[in-house]
Amino acid sequence: MQRTRRFRRATRLVGLLTAGALLAACGAGGRPDDGEGKTTPDVGITDDTIKIGGHFPLTGVAAPGYSEIPSGHKAYYDYVNANGGVNGRKIEYVVKDDAYNPTNTSTVTNELVLKEEIFGMVAGLGTPTHTAVVDFLNAEKVPDLMVSSGSLMWGDDPSKRPWTFGWQPDYMIEGKIIGQWVKDNMPDAKVGLFLQDDDFGRDGEAGARKYIDGQIVETVRYTPGNTDVAPQLAKLQAADVDLVLGFNVPSYTALSQLTAMKINFKPKWFYSNVGSDPALVGSLLARFSEGKVKSSAALLDGVLTTEYIPGVDATDSEWLKLWQKVWDAHGAEGELTNYRIYGMSQAYTFVQALQAAGDDPSREGVVDALEKVGATLEGPGLAPFRYSEESHLGISGMEVVRLKDGKGESLTPVLVTDIGDAPITEDDSAAKDVPPANGIPDVKPAS
Amino acid sequence: MPTTTETAEKAHAAEPRGGLRRRWGNSVLPRHLTLAALGLLAVTVVLETTGSFANSQLASMAYLGIAAGGLTVLTGLNGQLSLGHGAFMAVGAYTTALFLDGDNPLPLPGVLAAATLVTLLVGAAVGVAAARLHGPYIAGATLALAVAVPGVVLHFDRLGGEQGLGVRMPETPAWVLDAAYFVTGSELNPTKYVAYIGWAALVVTYVLLANLMRGRVGRTWRAVRDDEVAAEIAGVHLGRARVLAFVVSTACAGLAGAVMAMAVRITAPSGFSLTLSLTLLSAVVLGGLGSLTGALIGSALLTFLPHLVTGVGVDAGLTDVRAAELAPAVYGLTMIVVILVAPAGITGTVRNLWRRRRGAA
Repeated sequence: MQRTRRFRRATRLVGLLTAGALLAACGAGGRPDDGEGKTTPDVGITDDTIKIGGHFPLTGVAAPGYSEIPSGHKAYYDYVNANGGVNGRKIEYVVKDDAYNPTNTSTVTNELVLKEEIFGMVAGLGTPTHTAVVDFLNAEKVPDLMVSSGSLMWGDDPSKRPWTFGWQPDYMIEGKIIGQWVKDNMPDAKVGLFLQDDDFGRDGEAGARKYIDGQIVETVRYTPGNTDVAPQLAKLQAADVDLVLGFNVPSYTALSQLTAMKINFKPKWFYSNVGSDPALVGSLLARFSEGKVKSSAALLDGVLTTEYIPGVDATDSEWLKLWQKVWDAHGAEGELTNYRIYGMSQAYTFVQALQAAGDDPSREGVVDALEKVGATLEGPGLAPFRYSEESHLGISGMEVVRLKDGKGESLTPVLVTDIGDAPITEDDSAAKDVPPANGIPDVKPAS
Repeated sequence: MPTTTETAEKAHAAEPRGGLRRRWGNSVLPRHLTLAALGLLAVTVVLETTGSFANSQLASMAYLGIAAGGLTVLTGLNGQLSLGHGAFMAVGAYTTALFLDGDNPLPLPGVLAAATLVTLLVGAAVGVAAARLHGPYIAGATLALAVAVPGVVLHFDRLGGEQGLGVRMPETPAWVLDAAYFVTGSELNPTKYVAYIGWAALVVTYVLLANLMRGRVGRTWRAVRDDEVAAEIAGVHLGRARVLAFVVSTACAGLAGAVMAMAVRITAPSGFSLTLSLTLLSAVVLGGLGSLTGALIGSALLTFLPHLVTGVGVDAGLTDVRAAELAPAVYGLTMIVVILVAPAGITGTVRNLWRRRRGAA
């Protein structure tokens, strides 16, 4: 017994030693002295394809509306691909669901960058969600184009995030434009702010306060996820507010409208562009009220908001005709909506960026090209982009509209400005852009 | 919860054992350490042979595994149902984010320890309260915690509000890079580094938990779970046992939160919703209550199943939205099937089958 045990112990010891030695032998030891300079070809692009990706809430609370954006992208890329692609390359758009949860965004971005090996991130949606991955994308030197959010983070400091570009007007210039309009047209109104408690509400408030600081009598904030906004609206009511200025997402437009009906609060409403899609808000109102309110785009009649691209209501716009043609030929199930148009408009800009980067686009080439010619790109946007070496912020302006039967009636010319103290000026030049006859941009290489 | 495990353990103890078996069975620590070493070896092999994305998935599996391990001890061994472990992960994650903020952060092991310690203290406070409660009331109290913590976070500007705090991973120390290169022959990228940290943390946690479970403390916990009166008569202090189980479990959740913060690179309230707590519980139930192997299997399912299902959906020609909706549906169905067909969870069922076969032979 004693002997066998000792024998066993010895066997085990020998086994361990062998395993250890084997492991050490497997290892590489030191690094090779010669650090060969690697020039890796850019990932995600071949002679006939280019693969890009995006993260969107396809499931969960933020999915209504937003989940339609990628279908717009896909329809437009399919249209371009069917017409020969960009310089012979077909665009493949890989869409991943993050359910508007930053933890998931991080996971799916890992998947897009490390496994799908995308050339670039295009139109990743959401401020909290995209915040989770913006540093990773910049560290990996992945172009991060046309983020679907108006936070200032996507372009106010290109030295910090050189690979990231915004697309839509940021919330601060929207706040400024709204503020100036209110000051000029409703100088006696007592204004109450209804804000989402994040960059969205903060930037919008900062912009608006530049013009109507004295008119604002009450400010309330809501946290996304908490569906009871009665305390906030009661506070606005108590302050005797004439005009509620909302920087909120569509579901909170519906909630604030419903709650106001309940407490018999009848101010004028001005919602930022994000929260004012009449069709979506109408259907949300019907759903939240469990059928007590009939779904109709007319529910938001008289509400003020802003527009920066022609939407489904702009029936005589050449852009809408193009989007309708693309959607009829390549769209998925469902109607053309403002969210799909938003996606197609972004897709149009991406195709322009790719063309500007030349016959053989590299990741760096796309970024350089956008900085060089981005401000001159003609597209559906009512105002030009601000892209340059100093700024990666997107569309520079918008017009104020009043909703009627789901349509926006223009109240101002296109108003253009920039963050900070830049003045607001009228600039209709970009609003006159029309799409080329074949619907595909033709941008000359930037260099 | 007098379960099959209990009877099975008795049967196990009654079995005659061979010399080696007895020695193997009696010396718990060496056995667990050997298993841990083998586990680390396996982890190294897997991490070195898979791509960056798989590495990042494995990092997620590691943090889910750590939290699920802690939860399975609490719920499976001590019979306390916690619906609030996501909140404790949040405490760990925010602590980590705060400690890594700044120019000269603590070295990583220090940060991990700090996150664990802070969560442990919070856990102790909650545990003392929870020890006075029974069954569904503990679940209720912890549920409240899961709902409250993300809300509380919003009230402190320092914590970044709804958008959360970015987590900056410190530079990988040069000696780690050199050592990794020395052993594996490939450069250590940040993703893989986090995966290694996660799995090292997991192995350490599991060794400690396994020892606790096999020892006197584990027996006390089981005694309290199975029959409070009997346990009290046998001299077990009920409250003390409960609080200890709770504290150990929350410390695991804190560590898991720390790894999660590093793997996800952000800590935001929406990452710690009630869903996370319920997800952890479902991982534990799927894998098999009270078993660390089960917790590991559950977290593997949680990490890989949705991704797999979505992939299958897209390949089958579904639209992105439909494919994305498929994942929660399949996960739910799996859950239902497991509970109907294998109520003891995956490990429990396999173990029972194995016993029955041995019994028949």
